[in-house]
Amino acid sequence: MANADGNLLEVKNLRTYFETDDGIVKAVDDISFQLKRGETLGIVGESGSGKSVTNLSIIRLVPTPPGKIVSGQVVFNGNDLLLLSNDAIRKIRGRRIAMIFQDPMTSLNPFMKISKQLMEMTELHLGHTKAQAHAHAIRMLETVGIPDARERAESYPHEFSGGMRQRAMIAMALSCEPELLIADEPTTALDVTIQAQILELIKKLKRETGTSVILITHDLGVVAGMTDHVIVMYAGKIFEQATTKELFAVPGNPYTKGLLRSVPDPTAEQGKLYQIPGLPPDVAHLKPGCPFAQRCDYTQDICTREFPPFVQLNADHYSLCHFAREVYSESGGTPV
Amino acid sequence: MNSTLLSIRDLKVHFDLGGGGPLDKLFGTHPEKRVVKAVDGVSLDIFEQETLGLVGESGCGKSTLGRAILRLTEPTEGQVFYRDRDLAHLSQRQLREQRRHLQIIFQDPYASLNPRMTIGQIVGEPLETFRLARGREAEQRVQELLETVGLSKRFIKRYPHEFSGGQRQRIGIARALAVDPDFIVADEPISALDVSIQAQIMNLLEKLRREKNLTYLFISHDLRAIRHVSDRVAVMYLGRLVEIAEAKTIYKEPLMPYTKALISAVPVPDPQVEATRQRIMLEGDVPSPINPPSGCPFHTRCPYAIDVCKEVVPQLVEIKPLHFAACIRISPAQPHIENVAPGAAPGLE
Repeated sequence: MANADGNLLEVKNLRTYFETDDGIVKAVDDISFQLKRGETLGIVGESGSGKSVTNLSIIRLVPTPPGKIVSGQVVFNGNDLLLLSNDAIRKIRGRRIAMIFQDPMTSLNPFMKISKQLMEMTELHLGHTKAQAHAHAIRMLETVGIPDARERAESYPHEFSGGMRQRAMIAMALSCEPELLIADEPTTALDVTIQAQILELIKKLKRETGTSVILITHDLGVVAGMTDHVIVMYAGKIFEQATTKELFAVPGNPYTKGLLRSVPDPTAEQGKLYQIPGLPPDVAHLKPGCPFAQRCDYTQDICTREFPPFVQLNADHYSLCHFAREVYSESGGTPV
Repeated sequence: MNSTLLSIRDLKVHFDLGGGGPLDKLFGTHPEKRVVKAVDGVSLDIFEQETLGLVGESGCGKSTLGRAILRLTEPTEGQVFYRDRDLAHLSQRQLREQRRHLQIIFQDPYASLNPRMTIGQIVGEPLETFRLARGREAEQRVQELLETVGLSKRFIKRYPHEFSGGQRQRIGIARALAVDPDFIVADEPISALDVSIQAQIMNLLEKLRREKNLTYLFISHDLRAIRHVSDRVAVMYLGRLVEIAEAKTIYKEPLMPYTKALISAVPVPDPQVEATRQRIMLEGDVPSPINPPSGCPFHTRCPYAIDVCKEVVPQLVEIKPLHFAACIRISPAQPHIENVAPGAAPGLE
């Protein structure tokens, strides 16, 4: 059951830190967001931005040690997942919150037939008998578009191509009709024609089952086509948060703006590509002020001195920047 | 248009996987002979100072083609003409002399640099190998090269593990430039990098091309990057070239059905475009390059395939000026497959 405001998931002030030889890495540092039922949220960021750790934190799969959820709440259907016992969270994982990853072989058992792996899911979580589970497994494989599902179900994962494995993993993830699907770079390892098939499949399943989706990706094109809301992460922080339409049309953060300009648009004529200078910061040794200050076109003295505020630009639009309003106006937006 | 720098003629790279022998037949393991036709009869001209983008999905043979041109993989058949010499048939000693002019940048900046060598040694090694400079002069040259690719010369004594992916790719580029080459194969040079770093490397390669009059074969599966860096684009499918044209033409008006599907599958970073555009969805996966389909290699997934496509291997034909496509269902008179009568194959007439 969703909350009165329709939120399936509310992440509040989440902090996940890693203890390393190099000092404490604040992989996720005080982030908050909500996900409404039936919606798709995109989380965009480069490597080390904290996007994957955010999602591992939600389902409590952060490797501990060295990682630790230091503080915050992850309210799913009104319950804080961070307070549940290990047994209780295990019942939610796979049943009500399912995950798919970039490399399907990390979630498929190489020694088990595909059918058996799918059957295990519903036998465990839905109490299916063997016969029920088998029928359900075949139905799921058909749903995700595996040809000759009945025969192919008796294959082992290595006998499947990359795209087929990704389909099998999606079938497994969706076999218990989860309320939330977390997809971490689900198409990054796939070819573009197969990527199109898988994204279309996720869209179709979402339409049919009403599952909410968190889609983690570095590809702004995928975000544009798949999501309702977007979060842009950098150095463990949320830098910008808005509806997808608004974020692409009127970005209010210099980092987002730079990212959007540095992706070649195949439909447009273009000259020199914009490039964000420098390298992403070392999260273990962040300097005071804004973590993006060294790479930013808008930097002033204040940026290297003070941490920027999280500025509200519109009903659903926030940006972490001292000059958020200026950047937003420059993009053509009118701040509230 | 510039004159031709490299001329590739009917190049083939076949890998024999065994099978078909008496024991295979006896035990029934692989009664048929199995051959991967990674590159299967590619002819291509690369012009001076152009960037030719080579695009295709995994297993299509694009990297093998790039390596075969430089003979890092031995071609099975065919010729690669460079300055009136056939690289494919030079002796090892003659080939080594030519390598100076033909370099490669690899995808994985982690695997392609020797972890036990300093940056100075890595970038300086080709100078020594080709006896271009030594001692103080070599050191000077290495410093210049590092600055050319945007790295501080202070890095000269450091080791590869101390650098990020983008910086390592710059080191790989500096090493390729050390011998002052004419031609560089860039094999997925940005695929392993973050978005903000990809733009930096693409711009660096473009700057170097202009300053040093370089010619690139830019291999990538990333159609957006290919569009951005290339003057012309060649599309490969299961070991064969299926379409070649100027970059802006091929993206605006692809002719061969596979190219059409490929380009329509690229996600565009604009929610409004994404919400309205029509995708051509291909059924199924790329077939195995072991004993690939007969006739047109794409016929198993092609929405326009007719029975003849299973038999006839289509050749690259100049359908429009400087725009080549391999499809029997189109012809210079009828370039657009949507308008061709059902069942007709104007390319055969």
